[in-house]
Amino acid sequence: MSLSMKRGLIIVVLAGTACSFAGAEDLRSPETFSSIANPSERSRALFVEAGRVLQHARCLNCHPIGDRPTQGVDRHPHSPLVVRGADDKGAIGMRCTTCHQNGNYEPSGVPGHPLWHVAPKSMAWQTKTLGQICEQIKDPRRNGGKTLAAIQQHMTEDSLVGWAWMPGGHREPAPGTQAQLGALIAAWIQSGAACPAT
Amino acid sequence: MPITLDVNGTRREFDGDPETPLLWVIREELRLTGTKYGCGIAQCGACTVHVDGQTLRSCSTPVSAVAGRRVTTIEGLSSRAAKAVQKAWVDLDVVQCGYCQSGQIMSATALLEKKPKPSDTDIDHAMAGNICRCATYQRIRAAIHAASAQLAA
Repeated sequence: MSLSMKRGLIIVVLAGTACSFAGAEDLRSPETFSSIANPSERSRALFVEAGRVLQHARCLNCHPIGDRPTQGVDRHPHSPLVVRGADDKGAIGMRCTTCHQNGNYEPSGVPGHPLWHVAPKSMAWQTKTLGQICEQIKDPRRNGGKTLAAIQQHMTEDSLVGWAWMPGGHREPAPGTQAQLGALIAAWIQSGAACPAT
Repeated sequence: MPITLDVNGTRREFDGDPETPLLWVIREELRLTGTKYGCGIAQCGACTVHVDGQTLRSCSTPVSAVAGRRVTTIEGLSSRAAKAVQKAWVDLDVVQCGYCQSGQIMSATALLEKKPKPSDTDIDHAMAGNICRCATYQRIRAAIHAASAQLAA
């Protein structure tokens, strides 16, 4: 293969990569679901839409079953091996902050946020159905003692949740925006906070 | 405005791009070359330093993030745990090619400063981010246990 052909191939490959990560998918607004007359059905439909965020890799990777977070859209085990430790912020000598700083760091490609940590074990979402995640989110014994209003505030305003839409590098952001997620969760609560069966 | 750092107990200034990796400042500006460049993406641990007593990958940290904080490189290690680690490394002849070893020693020392009697699991978790291409892992683990025994003596 000539040098010019190789260059052309590289450009095509890079362009394809850029296109695959260009912009987030959109989320449907709560109004889209207003035609569903039954409040419980509407509530479940709203949560299914919000679930596109909750079950996105940007969220699931740090809501692991067990002690090890995952990474990437394929949710492969975090490399290097890391564990949650006693405070969900890493092991002694290998803290989250050993590698993750206060912001995404483009020279190394390592993502960051001041509050970087793994969700507590009680908030594990991986391997669970959306219905199971929904019931878990509503359960104060498993959601950090939060009311539904606090859950809505967390989803809408928490800056680490917000990182999912500003992941940096070539990472795919979660669908829509954090404000759109917040609106869906608010509408879900107002319509009875019903959970999908599965 | 220059960024002021405390490196190995000495006040240093860096007048450059605040996004510069700390590793480049340590090696190229301060000429402290014991800290190594391995992968540049926080995957190998060769660039490990301590900041306020915690391990940190200097290749993946903007120098602005450590302004005013206490940075310790392999040249500045002097704690009791560090001396035990250095002796154990020599006694057990841990090093083969040596490229990764300053990072290994930084992580091992940080572990022992926080947990003087670590289990094998503690060692595995603390050292998992330090890769050794010579695969000296068994000797590293034995040397950490030996250093732990020295600390207890």
